[in-house]
Amino acid sequence: MAQQQASLITDEMRAAVGRESEPVTFEVDKTACRMFARAVGYTDPIFYDEQYARAKGYRSVVAPPAFLGHPVITPGQPNPLAAAYFRFDTGLKRVLNGGTDIEYFDDVCAGDVLTATSQLVDIQEREGRLGPMLITITEFTYRNREGKVVAKARGTGIAY
Amino acid sequence: MAEQPYFEDVGEGQEAPALTQRCDSQRLVMWAAGSGDFYQIHYDKDFAQATGLPDRIVHGALKHALLGRMLHEWVGEGGRVRRVACQYRGMDLVDKDVICKGVITRKYREDGQNLVELDVWTEDPQGQKTTPGTAVVALPSRGG
Repeated sequence: MAQQQASLITDEMRAAVGRESEPVTFEVDKTACRMFARAVGYTDPIFYDEQYARAKGYRSVVAPPAFLGHPVITPGQPNPLAAAYFRFDTGLKRVLNGGTDIEYFDDVCAGDVLTATSQLVDIQEREGRLGPMLITITEFTYRNREGKVVAKARGTGIAY
Repeated sequence: MAEQPYFEDVGEGQEAPALTQRCDSQRLVMWAAGSGDFYQIHYDKDFAQATGLPDRIVHGALKHALLGRMLHEWVGEGGRVRRVACQYRGMDLVDKDVICKGVITRKYREDGQNLVELDVWTEDPQGQKTTPGTAVVALPSRGG
């Protein structure tokens, strides 16, 4: 850039990149799987009927794509999975969800106990149509009780 | 349920059956509850308009999940959705159809799986792609 502008990205932000959060463990809830499936409009009984899902070889009701379980939220306390979210004061007022990328390495079913960790993997700044923008990528890794990675989710946040 | 697609029978350029979902306020409220995203721009018209939006907008993550549903319904019992990635480029307003589409770009075998890569996206009723992305699914083989 020809004109020297103060970077929005501070040393503190840079230092946060790659730092893994504390693990959060939670159970994939059967009712939550069904509610999620209904919200997306699924009709496949594997997402609703436990007997049917078992007959199809699953452990229980299946967690639909994009559903990886909700962490248990305690009112008044921050979402434990949000530890890696970008929380620095940048002076930028608006935030957009830029994108989602989820990879699945195994089935996820109700009753599974997953452990999630998260980390900020990238921060970039760009000059957008509406001024400076900060683009952050946060990655969540979900492991089952055996320690196998069952899914990875990446979210893009845009602050402007 | 549609017929089970097999790895041998699909090829580059082939489309996955499109999925159309009307995203009315009831759908957005269901998604808010199902996903835990209670940001009011998605279900409170006054709130949405106070932030400068013309009306309530469809959650990006719902469009991502709908792309997953399109793929799940296509790959059938014998298949699996392995990856869904998309970018939220355009807004979709409440009370309109979100049309999910996909076209095969590549097929390959890896780690004993028959994988198919696709370009996927959602369109608004005017045919504008608002959520472009890519996906990977595993399909069963006729050889078993």
